[in-house]
Amino acid sequence: MVKNMSREKSRVLKVDVLGETCPVPLVETRKAVRRADSGDTIIVKGNHPNSKKEIPMAVESLGLELVSIDEEGSNWTITIKIPEEK
Amino acid sequence: MADKATLIVHSGDMDKVYSALIIGNGALSMGMDVSMYFTFWGLERLKKGKLDKGPLSRMNLFGLGRWMIKRRMKKKNVRSLEGLFEDFIELGGKVLACDMTMEIMGVGKEDLREGLITDYCAVGTYIKEAKESDITLFI
Repeated sequence: MVKNMSREKSRVLKVDVLGETCPVPLVETRKAVRRADSGDTIIVKGNHPNSKKEIPMAVESLGLELVSIDEEGSNWTITIKIPEEK
Repeated sequence: MADKATLIVHSGDMDKVYSALIIGNGALSMGMDVSMYFTFWGLERLKKGKLDKGPLSRMNLFGLGRWMIKRRMKKKNVRSLEGLFEDFIELGGKVLACDMTMEIMGVGKEDLREGLITDYCAVGTYIKEAKESDITLFI
């Protein structure tokens, strides 16, 4: 479910949780965070309504940076950045 | 040190084991450390091939209710108990088996999925961890 996009110094990890329900979007986001390094970006795409609110809560608890939340109909895209020292 | 959640899984009912694993995974996802203590009927679920074999806590209807819920969960794309358990381990959750229950019920380590069990313990370990926990639940 997590794809590695580029292997420059900082990477972009994509998490596709379209059609997934509680707690999968949260869990898959956490797995990506564990896999990521400082400076990496994680892009999570999904459509589970509550996860749109809850992933930002997890981002806050984990001390990460919430870059953006974009919506397109019922689909959402959340972009997270891992701070320089994770 | 990370915040901690400590869960006692006393029930072996399918719906309650679902709740326990969802809460456990949620807490891990929010960056907490999580320990799940399996005791009494909950311990049954750590036996080989028994994780999703529990009845429903209500309206089991000799297995019919259970079958219907499982079908609906599949239709709604809810992750299986096995999948949730794998997630729990992957995210660093700890699984503890109560050794007194093992003695009472005549369960040996060889009956359990030893590879997934972090440790075997008694009440003292739970109390020590619960004292340091922000959340503790009895399910």
